[in-house]
Amino acid sequence: MIYRENGQFKTSYRSDLQIFPILQDRVAILALLAIAFVVVPLGASDYMLRAILIPFLILSLAALGLNILVGYCGQISLGTGAFMAVGAYAAYNLQARIDGMPLIVSLLFGGLCATGVGVLFGIPSLRIKGLYLAVATLAAQFFVDWAFLRIKWFTNHSASGSVGVGSLDFFGIPIETPIQKYLFCLAVVCVFALLAKNLVRGAIGREWMAMRDMDVAAAVIGIRPVYAKLTAFAVSSFMVGVSGALLAFVYLGSWEPAAFNITRSFDVLFMVIIGGLGSIMGSFFGAAFIVILPIVLDQALPVIGSLFGLTLGTAFVSHAVFMLWGALIIFFLIVEPHGMARLWSTGKEKLRLWPFPH
Amino acid sequence: MGFFIETLFGGLMTGMLYSLIALGFVLIFKASGVFNFAQGAMVLFAALAMARFAEWLPQWLGFESRLLANLLAFVAALLVMVAVAWAVERFVLGKLVNQEGITLLMATLGISYFLDGFGQTIFGSDIYKIDVGMPKDPVILLESAFQGGVMINKEDLYAALIAAALVALLALFFQKTGTGRALRAVADDHQAAQSIGIPLKRIWVIVWSVAGFVALVAGVIWGSKLGVQFSLSLVALKALPVVILGGLTSVPGAIVGGLVIGVGEKISEVYLGPALGGGIEIWFAYVLALLFLLVRPQGLFGEKIIDRV
Repeated sequence: MIYRENGQFKTSYRSDLQIFPILQDRVAILALLAIAFVVVPLGASDYMLRAILIPFLILSLAALGLNILVGYCGQISLGTGAFMAVGAYAAYNLQARIDGMPLIVSLLFGGLCATGVGVLFGIPSLRIKGLYLAVATLAAQFFVDWAFLRIKWFTNHSASGSVGVGSLDFFGIPIETPIQKYLFCLAVVCVFALLAKNLVRGAIGREWMAMRDMDVAAAVIGIRPVYAKLTAFAVSSFMVGVSGALLAFVYLGSWEPAAFNITRSFDVLFMVIIGGLGSIMGSFFGAAFIVILPIVLDQALPVIGSLFGLTLGTAFVSHAVFMLWGALIIFFLIVEPHGMARLWSTGKEKLRLWPFPH
Repeated sequence: MGFFIETLFGGLMTGMLYSLIALGFVLIFKASGVFNFAQGAMVLFAALAMARFAEWLPQWLGFESRLLANLLAFVAALLVMVAVAWAVERFVLGKLVNQEGITLLMATLGISYFLDGFGQTIFGSDIYKIDVGMPKDPVILLESAFQGGVMINKEDLYAALIAAALVALLALFFQKTGTGRALRAVADDHQAAQSIGIPLKRIWVIVWSVAGFVALVAGVIWGSKLGVQFSLSLVALKALPVVILGGLTSVPGAIVGGLVIGVGEKISEVYLGPALGGGIEIWFAYVLALLFLLVRPQGLFGEKIIDRV
């Protein structure tokens, strides 16, 4: 009753090309943005911002980037952590070596370096496909892990590769408090989400999807595989690199290569799959699920234990979290293999007919 | 020269163990099309079960014999792995039939998280020892040929022999028994196999059990070398380049790939490592496999990938 497009006619090409063709969607997204930019900073506690919202935003950016590669272009990559690391360390080097470098330039430079490395490790995708490619991208992961640990120049000759950044500012506006950090991340993520959305519904996005669905057929109708696959790798690793730099600068502050190890790659891939392959919205759902789940499990288990009169040791809790985490992921894959984005669109379909289904 | 041969032998022995883990991957991929990331977790789980049962069973049943304890523990751990195989089929793969490869891959990652947590919850998370009485002292071979001869760890030698025996046993099982023939039929074509009356579900349980058995043997060997601890589940990451180098669908590929990677890794570490700053064996195997795949995308012995529109 509330959510239907009856009577909303498209009378110009502009309105035909809108991202959100339905008025209710536009209102909803504006309301969501208003809540995110105004209400949340006013209402959320520091813990909420620091432990949940900031990592959620940063990792959704990573998931968004990976989704372009895996969900839209169909190239499975297990090297996300590596590209994030490249972004983080490249941004760090620019920041540390050149005095007074603006933060945003460092972040973008991190993204650009990640793009270079991403394209380099994307070249094998022209020959290698499917699961072979997935394992081959692990080469990037382990090589980059090793490079930042052993090649001292990258880490400014610090021991064990751990580096840190000082105070951050955005053209004079300091980014110190959790609220400022949150707003900064939110702004960056919004820009990139808009960019990604427009890319995937443009010509290049259609090329990626054709490549994903059947690469030989796509080549036959005149899509260049080299161009389509390598641009997907480039765009994806750019976003992943920026998110790595953000994670390092804004969330961690000081970090070592282990922050971007293989577990990070798996986590981001989980976000993409649980959120929904080939869906911008899905990347955010997936990131929310994967960021919040371990925190909830960590907090809830001792409480549940005490209900039954048990005191659970920390070792037991950490193992049980592992177990439940695995079990929930399997459960989710079984219940909704197409991810949360599918649930979302089914919900919208239902809402269209509500309250009078045929 | 003696040193080179020593490195070569060391590489071959490690390679044999990699092949053992790679074998588990290949078996499952052939039979069910699942790329089983949980193989490493299965190795850890099996080794934990073995180590703890060897400790617990003598206490529960009140006997002393070391040999009996090890034997019983091995059987008990094997039963546990069969139970795991059954549970995986019943609760995970059976529900995910006809899903895409990547969904199945992520499901096995879920299994691996679950097994890691579950194993450490019930069996404990300290470092345990598996003592199956493998001799630890080194032997010197070929003393007549070179100055000082070639020093080889007896333990490695036994481990390589066991691995080779296991591979031969599996080859016999696959080639000569009725079940083996059914397994090969399923590997060839699921639908055709089903249409002539091969029960797919039972085959999957059998394959996962065999992979569990392989994991147990690998776990016992690695466990008695390094001790049973969490890092054991990371050994599987080393076996991944072996699998793609050899070809995802080929048993001989897993063995040859394992040997190539084992030798390549050791020799590169010894001869290239110092120049590059050491520790390169982590990524060398992957880069080797990657470069090889550029030439032959289906691996050494994999089936040729044919694209049809």
